[in-house]
Amino acid sequence: MRHQSKQALVMMSEPVKLIGCFGSPVVHRAELALRLKGVPYELITEDLNNKSEMLLKHNPVHQKVPVLLHGDRPAICESLVIVEYVDEAFDGPPLMPADPLARAAVRFWASFMDKECRESMWMALWTDGEEQAGAISAAKANLTLIEGQLPEGKRFFGGDTIGFLDIAVSWIAHWMEIFEEIAGVRLLTEEGHPTLYRWAREYTANQTVRLCLPDRDRLLAALAPSREIFVSIAKTMSTQKQYSVCWICNI
Amino acid sequence: MAGGDELKVLGVWTSPYVIRVRVALNLKSLPYEYVEENLGSKSALLLASNPVHKTVPVLLHGGRPVNESQVILQYIDEVYAGTGIPSLLPADPYDRAVARFWAAYVDDKVGSAWQGMLFTCTTEEERAEAVARAVAALETLEGAFEVCSKGKAFFGGDAIGFVDVVLGGYLGWFGAVDKMIGCRLIDPARTPLLARWEERFRAAEAAQGVVPDDADKMLEFLPTILAWINAPKSK
Repeated sequence: MRHQSKQALVMMSEPVKLIGCFGSPVVHRAELALRLKGVPYELITEDLNNKSEMLLKHNPVHQKVPVLLHGDRPAICESLVIVEYVDEAFDGPPLMPADPLARAAVRFWASFMDKECRESMWMALWTDGEEQAGAISAAKANLTLIEGQLPEGKRFFGGDTIGFLDIAVSWIAHWMEIFEEIAGVRLLTEEGHPTLYRWAREYTANQTVRLCLPDRDRLLAALAPSREIFVSIAKTMSTQKQYSVCWICNI
Repeated sequence: MAGGDELKVLGVWTSPYVIRVRVALNLKSLPYEYVEENLGSKSALLLASNPVHKTVPVLLHGGRPVNESQVILQYIDEVYAGTGIPSLLPADPYDRAVARFWAAYVDDKVGSAWQGMLFTCTTEEERAEAVARAVAALETLEGAFEVCSKGKAFFGGDAIGFVDVVLGGYLGWFGAVDKMIGCRLIDPARTPLLARWEERFRAAEAAQGVVPDDADKMLEFLPTILAWINAPKSK
């Protein structure tokens, strides 16, 4: 979807604000999209324990970050909706592939990441005993599926440059290792997933990514005290979920 | 195009996710072959086309599979863009973001409540709780409809659009649940705009023969679905 350059100039001239918070992997998605497209923005940092009137006004439905404000338009919410908006509204290197089938594939895998993959990784990190063993197996299998989407011989899911799917699965590149340390569980290893492991290194070393990636040690310090909360969330997920989500969701 | 152009949909007639794809294809006057799947005994084609989830809907385009209903909807929009065929998503990036936001909301809030009220509840209390969640989500969607429709017939404006087909896919089951619980999920007293929207959607040509209108038939089919869900899973 290419825009007339005059419209593109107008879009670019309207100020962009992003409401986010420290350490959020979904805020990172939105920030990286803006940076990759070369869109200047003002980052407004929220304290999620004390949500501002601004956040509640702009995202009344979910009361979550990220929230994108572009000029006078009402807010855009949900990280991947924001990423696609940024890709479509602004000129700059496309984040989505051109071919409809390839676009369908990256959207499919982004959805897989946010549902089955993230869920399985959470259960693998925070349950114990036999349940954990099963969850670790499932999580690693899901990582293998994601790994399979890396194009042969390319550094990123987007090919030579970072694309939509890299952004969507970025949790794996940076946050996962921190959670692994807190939990004392290894899911992503060089031996187990050599290509994905290499991608994670490439991703976090990228210049543009580094500008909006939360500092590892600060993130670890912020997350480590919440270990018991993570465990109790996993317990709730475990008891509520009688059936695997992916079985039910399309009946 | 390599591999041909024929469209095929693998589905189950009651699935909201299948129904929305079929309505979309009908809106675009795109002919397709429909294959009814037995999820207790999945076809080789289904398993090969959707190895990750092994479920419906699957769209096959010249034999090439596309999975996940909202992904399928955007795919058919994009493949047939600019050919005079109406789009589900609007052209403007901001309006597209709004549509995507509400479509995600529908499947997140209405979808999970729908699963709860029919497939995962084990007591009537749990069913009632799921119904309450659905009603709350529909009340939010009443407000969204007012904003998105701008006084017109559908979320998409004059014509059925993305959010319309996503929410419309659930209407068959809503009719069945209404019968089961003895009151309406989309209650005209509570959500008058959505109630009128439902009438218009059901009456649309694209919905005929695809959006189920026989609540009894759906309720008769429910045990089959529960049996599929409760069967020991094979990998």
